Amino acid sequence: MKINELIDSHSELTDTAASKSAVVLMTRIRLARNLAKHPFPGWAKDAQKKEIRDQCMQAVASLPQMKRGLAIPVESLDELQKQILVERHLISRELCHSKSGSGIVISKDQSCVVMVNEEDHLRIQVLRAGFQFKKVWASINALDTDLEEHIDYAFSPKLGYLSACPTNLGTGIRASAMMHLPALVISSQMEKVVRAVNQLGMAVRGLFGEGSDASGSIFQISNQTTLGESEEEIIKHLHGVLTTIVDQELNAREKLLETDPKKLFDKIGRAFGILQNGYLLNSGEAMNLLSLIRLGIDLGVYADTERGVVDRLFIECQPGHVQHAAKGAFDPAQRDVLRAERLRAEFAKMPAPDFTNTSR
Amino acid sequence: MANSLKCDLCSKPATVHLTQIVNNKIHKVDLCEACAQAKGVTDPSGFSLADLLLKASLNPEPAGDVRCESCGFTQQDFKKSGRFGCPSCYDHFGSLLEPMLDTMHKGISHTGKIPKRALERKSIYEKLTQLETDLDQAIKAERYEDAARFRDEINQVRQAAGPKQNA
Repeated sequence: MKINELIDSHSELTDTAASKSAVVLMTRIRLARNLAKHPFPGWAKDAQKKEIRDQCMQAVASLPQMKRGLAIPVESLDELQKQILVERHLISRELCHSKSGSGIVISKDQSCVVMVNEEDHLRIQVLRAGFQFKKVWASINALDTDLEEHIDYAFSPKLGYLSACPTNLGTGIRASAMMHLPALVISSQMEKVVRAVNQLGMAVRGLFGEGSDASGSIFQISNQTTLGESEEEIIKHLHGVLTTIVDQELNAREKLLETDPKKLFDKIGRAFGILQNGYLLNSGEAMNLLSLIRLGIDLGVYADTERGVVDRLFIECQPGHVQHAAKGAFDPAQRDVLRAERLRAEFAKMPAPDFTNTSR
Repeated sequence: MANSLKCDLCSKPATVHLTQIVNNKIHKVDLCEACAQAKGVTDPSGFSLADLLLKASLNPEPAGDVRCESCGFTQQDFKKSGRFGCPSCYDHFGSLLEPMLDTMHKGISHTGKIPKRALERKSIYEKLTQLETDLDQAIKAERYEDAARFRDEINQVRQAAGPKQNA
């Protein structure tokens, strides 16, 4: 598979059929793994890094899960292609900035990705649309076990899988869910939630990870500690916390409908108006408007089938995707025009909101 | 009241105090206003306390001159990057490690997945190496009965390991 084929084919997250979940957009687990007796990528010489990459990429690409997927060195991708992969949550920004000796292997359906020579030799990742920790853990666990047939992992019976950064030591697992929490944001409860989640030893980040903002009311919540508990326990704890947050979000929605439904309907209706008629939209504004439409879908204002469309647009209104669709490089002002054009076209097809359908 | 607390990152007076409870263990971080802002503690979209704890636990350490024998990585390098140089660093920086892991994680021992195949390969390899040394020594010492026993054991281990193990 070539990179352009991959970009143009449906992915787990841009596939309209996949998203049926109201609050949890996506479940993701990654494992940090390293080769025994080799320096970590940050300390390895260029020649060592290349050698490590060749060995890892060959082993990963030979796995049945990666059949007919894409295996490519990072340096042979252009900036736009890298940006698109970041926007699809397939690779990290850190990997994009790596000078040389890094690589990517992506499965055909874009649900499994292995980054080679990012912070660790191997960052294995599986992602799925919706709230699916059991499934995602089962598939990444199998992938990891299969890979172990070919690679001697750096492992210590006492400390577990050895990682470049001690914050990933032990299981090397980071399990995360991408959550859409508009009602908690609208009712100014998000700060409280973030604090509580932090106190429970979990991290909250924006849509694109560390340092990114929370436009579109989308948050990533993940475990922070990796040593001293098994993978199943870590996932179970996170799952429990996430379930509570889902309940909180649903309660906040009920409350908004109870106390001031007109204010909420006004926001949703205006979002629809701007998306149908706007001529300049930056990605932050587009995300926030789409977020309101998605909330409207969850409340029954729009048909359920539109949720997949909105989830796809969340990704396709990002700068890289906008430029790819318009086949060129465009500056931010030009992108705002293109983005609005695209959204106008999508929302012209969508039936007008029907507020009589909400539960209250 | 006791002395006012100092910022864990820059030692200015601390005004922001964070507490995180993990498995009934309390972790505290004290920060001055500027560092709290810079680290995004006041940012509702979140911050990583683990990263803060990592940096904070590195700061009070006196600069030692421990060096990893396998890859040449020094304690200074670790302080700069917060990353290690190679898997063996975990053996060489053991003393530095334990208090840090204790604040960073729920425990200091791994209880999760074990790479069974890789460990099997390793133990078979080690067993064979040991038996081959034993065999050599037995032959040199003309203990032929022992040598025959070691040879049989080597064959057994190789057979049990299956066709993949051609060591």
